[in-house]
Amino acid sequence: MGELTWRHCKEALMQGTMVTAATLLFGSLLTLLAVVTVKGWQGMSWAMLVRLPKSGSYLGGEGGILNAIVGSLLLAVGATLLALCLALPVALLLQPDYAGRTKFAQFLRLLLNLLWGVPSIVYGACGFALLVALGWRACLLGGIIALTFVELPIMVRAMDEALRMVPKAMKEAAYSLALTRWETMRHVVVRQALPGLVTAVLLAFGRGIGDAASVLFTAGYTDNLPRSLFDPVASLPVAVFFLLNSPFAEVQRQAYAAAFVLLVLVLLVSVLTRLLAARLSRYLVR
Amino acid sequence: MASRLWQERLATALLWASGFLVIGLTGALFTALFVRALPILHRQPLSSLLTGEQWQPAKGIFGFAPFLAGSLWVTLTAMALAVPLSLLTAIYLAEYARPQVRLTLKPLVDLMAGIPSVVYGVFGVLVIVPAVGKIATFVKTHLSSVPLLSPSMPPTGYSVLAGGIVLALMVSPTIIAITDEVLRSVPMSLREATLALGATRWETVRFVVLRAARPGIVSAILLGFARAFGETMAVLMVVGNVPSMPQSPFDPAYPLPALIANNYGEMMSIPLYDAALMLAALLLFVTVLVVNLAAQLILRRLGRGWAN
Repeated sequence: MGELTWRHCKEALMQGTMVTAATLLFGSLLTLLAVVTVKGWQGMSWAMLVRLPKSGSYLGGEGGILNAIVGSLLLAVGATLLALCLALPVALLLQPDYAGRTKFAQFLRLLLNLLWGVPSIVYGACGFALLVALGWRACLLGGIIALTFVELPIMVRAMDEALRMVPKAMKEAAYSLALTRWETMRHVVVRQALPGLVTAVLLAFGRGIGDAASVLFTAGYTDNLPRSLFDPVASLPVAVFFLLNSPFAEVQRQAYAAAFVLLVLVLLVSVLTRLLAARLSRYLVR
Repeated sequence: MASRLWQERLATALLWASGFLVIGLTGALFTALFVRALPILHRQPLSSLLTGEQWQPAKGIFGFAPFLAGSLWVTLTAMALAVPLSLLTAIYLAEYARPQVRLTLKPLVDLMAGIPSVVYGVFGVLVIVPAVGKIATFVKTHLSSVPLLSPSMPPTGYSVLAGGIVLALMVSPTIIAITDEVLRSVPMSLREATLALGATRWETVRFVVLRAARPGIVSAILLGFARAFGETMAVLMVVGNVPSMPQSPFDPAYPLPALIANNYGEMMSIPLYDAALMLAALLLFVTVLVVNLAAQLILRRLGRGWAN
């Protein structure tokens, strides 16, 4: 009997440990959200969102972070569009209709998986080397290119999974009507997988907008809005990093506000993803 | 008819071209890193670069040992914290939690994975660094005789431990998500058979489920390690960035990614500096690649990796 009691004790003990671990982890997450929200809200004002920093703002902290907000959106939208142009064809190529089960596709998948793990600072360093080689300075286009590398593997992976969920019977029906592979892909597969594809794009966008290491040297930093692809551009993550290093409380407050705006943007994108996916999937064939 | 066929051919050609483009870009990336790092490799053998403890770019002395040590200290601290926490949480989510609890917590894991690293950094600066600073001061005054624990410099809180805690929070969702998936793919019949023999739930998990899921869990940990090793901004913000060998978890460190991030702006004026930083990026790239490759091969053997 003693043996059995001991085993039951162990069961209770382990369950307790697990609940403690989960509480600790999710508690930290909630603390993080609360701290960033409270700190950010204190520094928040309408002017913060719609004004550019005034000259010498690193000392006094006047003006807002509009340069970083606009810059982040430009960078992330540009990189997402560029990544989309490459990710969709690659994801289609990975389907059984094209390269699917060949060694080539296996290799490509492995490669993309490895790219997915490469730290974004490495992409940033490579992007910077490219800019130096071309004789350019840090600019919007450089940031977009570096960020595209960060987003591409995330997007292809999610798209591949979405495309694979399309029932085989649907494709076979299309082929039996003498549609070509391309027509089948365009009119059947992509439409059926649309919610998943949109999710993939937004997922990559969310990752891209939060990434600092890749745009740190490739996009540069400025107090102004860019006028062309070849102007340097600020971004929210880099703004958080720079402004937080300032010894002035006023400037640090801007950093907290920027972090809060970034967090809200990322949360909005993830909520939007769920809503959009649910709405789009109303028109699917099941 | 003819135009449809041509359309088909063109589309196929474009798809294949995009596939080769990805391979070409990856090759170019690696080559660029390697070529830009070559000048410093020509001047000094890799072994002496990796073991050198001096870092004085102005004098042309480049020793990577403090940065490698910093990276290892921070990453291993993070893994020591993240692995038990994440595995216990994943087992709880996969084996114990009621469906409703699971449905509430699972999106939180995704949310945690999606939070930008600078936001983790801000949290670290605001909460973790001051907390670690207090602990470090306590240790310094009361436990200063304990080796490997007592800080060798005046403690500020910006330390290996602070970086480790922040990193642990960041890599936990990766480990949890993969472990959870692996655990749920263990056949239910295995659990039923074990429970029918009179095992408790924990015994079932420990002796049957975890054993069946072991390779998957190993690769989850490897992927978490790779993520932690390359993470830049959050660590950079809390780890102190002092280029010396850390002696305790309360000492500041200077990991490789932070080295690259901090010095890229000013490197152009000093000869070989850019090659040294490119070598740092290359080291990072190769380490992460090898660890990830191992994880992918394990997952592929299991037949449930993405590379399946």
